[in-house]
Amino acid sequence: MSVETGGMGALLVILAMALVTLATRWGGVYVMSFVPIGYRVKQFIHAVSGSVLVALLAPLAVEGDNAARLALLTTAIMMLLVKKPLPAIAAGILAAALFRQFAA
Amino acid sequence: MASADRQLHQLDRQLIWDGFKQLAPISIFVVAFGAAFGLAATQAGLSDPMIMAMSTLVFAGASQFAALDLWGPQVPLFTLLITVFAINARHLLMGATLYPWLSQLPPAKRYGVMLIASDANWAMSMQAFTRGQPGLGLLFGGGLALWSFWIFGTWLGASFGNLVSDPKSFGLDMVMGCFLLAMVVGGEKNLRMLVIWSVAAGCSLLAYWYLPENSHVVVGALAGGLVGTFWVRQA
Repeated sequence: MSVETGGMGALLVILAMALVTLATRWGGVYVMSFVPIGYRVKQFIHAVSGSVLVALLAPLAVEGDNAARLALLTTAIMMLLVKKPLPAIAAGILAAALFRQFAA
Repeated sequence: MASADRQLHQLDRQLIWDGFKQLAPISIFVVAFGAAFGLAATQAGLSDPMIMAMSTLVFAGASQFAALDLWGPQVPLFTLLITVFAINARHLLMGATLYPWLSQLPPAKRYGVMLIASDANWAMSMQAFTRGQPGLGLLFGGGLALWSFWIFGTWLGASFGNLVSDPKSFGLDMVMGCFLLAMVVGGEKNLRMLVIWSVAAGCSLLAYWYLPENSHVVVGALAGGLVGTFWVRQA
């Protein structure tokens, strides 16, 4: 089904996108209100919360360019050394920027 | 645990303001991101009011960029909405992981706070809970920071596009990646988590290569979650 984006069409498409996104923001909370939060569910929640991030990052690290890989590596090392997020993130971004300016 | 939980769900003005301030530095990078989106959206043929409406109402960067790929005089609505759902399906898991604390709020607040849940403020919030600190101020206050800076950035990009015509050359495409990785590395590290992360990463990659597009985050996260359910942490 195609929608014309002239006139009000674009706004309708955007509203539909907003509704779908809102459903994802509310859906997980709503579904959990039917699930009793026992010990195992807590373990699941804890494991999922780290895994979401790792699952987001894995393709970025494997399929990304060398600058992306260098940025992630730098962030990880800095995070282990200084244990503060902001310097680690800044170092990662700087690494990607420098790599793309001079090496790529 | 029950009495600790009762305090961790606290949400007042001070906590929200603290959350705003904690996410403000990373939100400055989000402005650059938003500007890149505003420029790309202009180039894809969206009018300025529509661009602003999208950033304000959808507030989910990756899915907004994906929408631009499908944008034209005619938009395949069904394909677009499936794509948006797949990319944003990770919010379902975020909401679920926040539930133990959100459930202690009245429903209006519970769902109100979730309006602006996104990767960065959710990750900060979960990390605070894991450390035994209140996290909902980070979620909501941090969300307000990210949301307002995202809208401001979008406006900058739509109005004065060539400011950041090539965000990649400044490494700005790596902001979220580096931020989320810092959250992972700063979290709990032991053999159990290492195995969980490896399974999540492996399954995410397999899904990325062999399953339908944009399914990898949910597949990887659920796989990691399952390992965690069967290999439980010592209390």
